[in-house]
Amino acid sequence: MSLTEPILRGERRAIARQISGIENERPEARQVLAELYPHTGRAYLVGLTGAPGTGKSTLVNELAKAYRRENKTVAIISVDPTSPFSGGAILGDRIRMADLAGDPGVFVRSMATRGSLGGLARATADAAKVFDAAGFEIILIETVGVGQAEVEIAGLAHSVVVVEAPGLGDEVQAIKAGILEIADVFVVNKADREGASRTVAALTMMLDLTDPSLPKTVLHHGQLMAVAATVSNPTRVELAAWRPPICKTVATQGQGIAEVIAALAEHRTYQLNQGMLVQRERERLIFEIQQMLKERLLADLLDKTSPERVNQILTQVLERQLDPFAAVEILAKVDVM
Amino acid sequence: MSERKIRVLVAKPGLDGHDRGAKVVARALRDAGMEVIYTGLRQTPEMIAEAALQEDVDVVGLSVLSGAHLTLVPKIVDRLKENGLDDVLIVVGGIIPAEDIEPLRQLGVRGVFGPGTSTEDIIAFIREQVNVAN
Repeated sequence: MSLTEPILRGERRAIARQISGIENERPEARQVLAELYPHTGRAYLVGLTGAPGTGKSTLVNELAKAYRRENKTVAIISVDPTSPFSGGAILGDRIRMADLAGDPGVFVRSMATRGSLGGLARATADAAKVFDAAGFEIILIETVGVGQAEVEIAGLAHSVVVVEAPGLGDEVQAIKAGILEIADVFVVNKADREGASRTVAALTMMLDLTDPSLPKTVLHHGQLMAVAATVSNPTRVELAAWRPPICKTVATQGQGIAEVIAALAEHRTYQLNQGMLVQRERERLIFEIQQMLKERLLADLLDKTSPERVNQILTQVLERQLDPFAAVEILAKVDVM
Repeated sequence: MSERKIRVLVAKPGLDGHDRGAKVVARALRDAGMEVIYTGLRQTPEMIAEAALQEDVDVVGLSVLSGAHLTLVPKIVDRLKENGLDDVLIVVGGIIPAEDIEPLRQLGVRGVFGPGTSTEDIIAFIREQVNVAN
């Protein structure tokens, strides 16, 4: 019996089974996903990312409680890393979400990365579609504890919250490329700890540097110097620029959560008004289809090449008879050989 | 990548706060390539059954050291059945007196592991039972 109808009715067992089916790449699961797809596109997807230990799970717990107070149904996908050695994983994010137990308006699913490196699992985007089709209004997606480059969540969520905590880095960390660039909302969690205002200041400085509409005052050899704004047409800036607000929270005590919810609501309104939601959705789909295409082409290519041939080429690379580029050229042309 | 992973819920029902054993087992199962959903201390039967449902686990592993296993386990089994999880493998570890093992089996607990059980035995048992079920 197909799971499609029960999922559309919001039956929890069917939802759980379908997500497992996606994770295990069962062909029936793909069929169900195809049938669910026309029913997706209604949920608001919020991503939460940040370094390990910044309090992402606790924040997710608090945000879910706040959305429940607004009577919105909430699904949570919490991603933890798979051990590269054993292939196993400990998924421990539920420990911080015990408050949500017993609420039929909440569904928490833990997910292991199973070898994906972008901060999410391969099944995350499709699991979100299942929750979307099942009628969940808010989908909170918590990435693994990330460093600086795991930005896949930006391709999936409508709004991305980057969670920081005091004492993790200086101003130079803040201007490096990476996860800070994907933030729609910044949260400085553990704001009761020493150094919280420094973290806020470092983020503010970084945002000032990237905000083209602001005239800058820079410290140059100890002298304060004014620098003109880099963009001269302010109306265009007004349309395009979203400056990520910085919220201070103490998630363990529920402090500052209302401000985060308000900031997200504002970002959502901004996206709707500017027509940016459609644009983001388009970019998201391009990304998703490209990923699938890559996997498909790779699988096809490897299917057509015998493992012996692959091994033979690998050995040649290992023995420095062939460089990696040449190896790729040979493998990519397997069709014409 | 498409091999099927065994998913195990490791939970500590009841009020005792000793989770070392549960953590050792969780870690061993992880090292055996399983995905372990670790829920922490003081889980109610309702919480355990809800987590088992949402996480679609193959195995529910309960750690009880308080002596309350004959009170807690029947409730958990009932809640799991209410959620339609009749086929989930239930194993119990902890301080279980020999005379209580049979009553637990009657309730549907398929594996009981007392102090001194090697983690290899637990892993082998889970693998065998889950493979039979599939």
